[in-house]
Amino acid sequence: MIFKLNIWRQNGPEAEGFFEAHEVDASEDSSFLEMLDALNENLILAGQEPVAFDFDCREGICGSCNLVINGTPHGKHKATTTCQQYMRDYVDDKELWIEPWRATAFPVIKDLIVDRTSFDRIIQSGGYIPIRTGSACEANTLPVEKDVADKAFDAATCIGCGACVAVCPNASATLFVAAKVAHLSTLPQGQLDKDRPAKLLKTMEEEGFGSCSNYRECERVCPKEIKVTTISKMNRLLYQSGK
Amino acid sequence: MSEFELDSHAPKGPLQDRWKQHKFNSRVVSPANRKKYTVIVVGTGLAGASAAASLGEMGYKVKTFCFQDSPRRAHSIAAQGGINAAKNYQNDGDSVWRLFYDTIKGGDFRARESNVFRLAELSTSIIDQAVAQGVPFAREYSGYLANRSFGGAQVSRTFYARGQTGQQLLLGAYQAMSRQIAAGSVTHRSRCEMQDLIMDGDRAIGIVTRDLVTGKLESHLADCVVLCTGGYSNAFYLSTNAKGCNTSAIWRAHKKGALFANPCFTQIHPTCIPQQGKLQSKLTLMSESLRNDGRVWAPKNAADADKRPEDIAEEDRDYFLERMYPAFGNLVPRDIASRAVKLICDEGRGVGAEIDGRKLGVYLDFADAIKSQGLEAISEKYGNLFEMYQRITAENPYQTPMRIYPAVHYTMGGLWVDYNLMTSIDGLFAGGEANFSDHGANRLGASALMQGLADGYFILPTTVSDYLARHKPIKAAQYQEQANAAIEEAQTRIERLMNAPEASVTADDFHRQLGQILWHACGMAREKETLLAAIEKISTLRKEFWQKVKITGEAEQLNQTLERAGRVADFFELAELMCLDALDREESCGCHAREEHLTDDGEAQRNDMDYSYVAAWQYSGDSSKPALFREYLHFDFVRPSIRNYQ
Repeated sequence: MIFKLNIWRQNGPEAEGFFEAHEVDASEDSSFLEMLDALNENLILAGQEPVAFDFDCREGICGSCNLVINGTPHGKHKATTTCQQYMRDYVDDKELWIEPWRATAFPVIKDLIVDRTSFDRIIQSGGYIPIRTGSACEANTLPVEKDVADKAFDAATCIGCGACVAVCPNASATLFVAAKVAHLSTLPQGQLDKDRPAKLLKTMEEEGFGSCSNYRECERVCPKEIKVTTISKMNRLLYQSGK
Repeated sequence: MSEFELDSHAPKGPLQDRWKQHKFNSRVVSPANRKKYTVIVVGTGLAGASAAASLGEMGYKVKTFCFQDSPRRAHSIAAQGGINAAKNYQNDGDSVWRLFYDTIKGGDFRARESNVFRLAELSTSIIDQAVAQGVPFAREYSGYLANRSFGGAQVSRTFYARGQTGQQLLLGAYQAMSRQIAAGSVTHRSRCEMQDLIMDGDRAIGIVTRDLVTGKLESHLADCVVLCTGGYSNAFYLSTNAKGCNTSAIWRAHKKGALFANPCFTQIHPTCIPQQGKLQSKLTLMSESLRNDGRVWAPKNAADADKRPEDIAEEDRDYFLERMYPAFGNLVPRDIASRAVKLICDEGRGVGAEIDGRKLGVYLDFADAIKSQGLEAISEKYGNLFEMYQRITAENPYQTPMRIYPAVHYTMGGLWVDYNLMTSIDGLFAGGEANFSDHGANRLGASALMQGLADGYFILPTTVSDYLARHKPIKAAQYQEQANAAIEEAQTRIERLMNAPEASVTADDFHRQLGQILWHACGMAREKETLLAAIEKISTLRKEFWQKVKITGEAEQLNQTLERAGRVADFFELAELMCLDALDREESCGCHAREEHLTDDGEAQRNDMDYSYVAAWQYSGDSSKPALFREYLHFDFVRPSIRNYQ
């Protein structure tokens, strides 16, 4: 069937962006990104520049894809990345508005592609347990209660896509930061570094992300359903560390 | 190109002492001198990130590159099942020797004993390292680590983190690498793709990259180069790999003299969601664990293929894996199951969407399991997989059987490396899926993560150090001429791609055509005439590609079409080599099923007398005429037996 698209085009970080209208014929069993592939094939054959967008695994785990579809990061199907949205869910939409993540800390590189290296720099500032290769003790010398390990896991499933930032009125990365803190600082081996929350939040601020003021929009759009309880956990640790 | 001796440099002596002895014999660089050496690591998945982190911790200057927007997105992240380790926590008789034997047997005796033993030996340290990093492996209520049996193994040695083991291990390695980036020992570049090697005579001394944002070509010089750029399943166009996975780094290295080993050894995974339509861009794997409870069947009569599965009577269903392999039933290894599914569909008994006049799919049915164990038990075990299936197909597997079909998943072949993981180019190493080293003709489940991390955390730090200790640090300024020549070569190639004389066909279109040819000739079953025809077709299509590929936009900007075309160009050459390799190997082994060499029961018939070797191919200047070197395999500790799963 024919889908009507309005796609954000922007030639570079400094260039002015605009919506460009397109129509594309795609099966409703195709994925959202396959629909865009079809559009791009048509554009190339017509001698025009295809729409630039990020993608890789196309199975919802790598965190590359990042489109705002009709105002919602990743699209209407909840707990689902852009690549796993299927056109059958969009047959009733008259038009589709497709935009990039919008945040100061995620400058647009081109069209729908944004620069998310600020997330890498947040991790570099303390989002790890400092263990040198070769110096680990035997794995089972460190038992971890199952429910503690499960809680850590729930936070560790973050794929670093940035939807939490894209939807937040403050463009805050607090959920991303809290997920990493809750993953590492819940586990006994990660509790030595008491300053982790303070370090990550400082970098978050320096990178130009806003602060959290409890809109809880992030939780709504997170494709991995990371909970805002991770933020409470982080705030508790921050308070305890006295920073 | 010069002749050379294909020496694996595998140590001699008792198998269990070889790695220890080798480490002792390896040279080391003193801590004060390490910062004088630069190591380039291309690709930052499990192998690359773990190598970069470890080398950085040691004090070397490490430069890393990946084409994704962050190292955390490498395709290692998609591995679901788990990672093997011979911890024997379950007290079920596991040991390093048993893991070694299972791996070498699983590979159908086409891998080196020394390498595989070292892999099994290092497996336990990987788990220790990952747990210390905070990788949240599954635990029992006691608080100790849990294990499961995986891929038909008779012991429970697989560690797992729900269905996201690859993701969690990659994040562990990524975070370790991030720590080194902050410490200044690792300098990382994302969105930066290797274009070529820089050579000084026979030695690799750097790489040329293209900045994928600006399009700028740059040279980077180093004392050695490590390629951890993954496998080449995407040669088939449709595979379970991420869209960006490509062969370009290892292929360009091959064209600079690195031998390419066993290119035809490609693993086909039986349980993937079948193709739905022509626009399909990739296939999605459903975990192998589903076969623990699901029963695979197809209609007995082709006439029933269009019926709804619920309407096909029990007596009209053919539970063909249970019928053909009564001992293992639905749990036969990946290659065996895949071939059986193909056989059924070739008979016209496939189900599901019809594409190009063929229905490619069989049922994976949970009705019996739900009846005996209850809906809740099945949902607990497979809930997330069922949900994923439903999202993609809009069918509910609790009510109607899943449809599955095999898809290309992993490539055992790759750059030939010696025991030090060094390729046949001096100073060029390859780790992880990019090398050919440990899986022989078939990889066992939960062994890919193990190999990538063994290479990165433990083997490369030792062997790269040994290499560096034998060389003085290079003076980068002396090699500007070589660097400029390599940049120029990359530039010429890009210009040629951008300016095809009759530009009219997209790179994806060519890629789809190539994938079709390769899948039919060099997929689950191979046969001489088909392979010969495919080689002909690929060669013709390749010429057409360079004549007609259409790329819009400029080279000096972000240009995803150009990126894709560059990768497809390399797949064309590799695909031909895959077919040539499959043609040369006149036997069936592991994943490689030559129709001329099957038993009457359709089982693989190995020929140890003539083909117990690693086929290592040398680029001759003409990709249609490579030279074959044979590294003969010797089995001193295990006796090659026949895999029999009936």
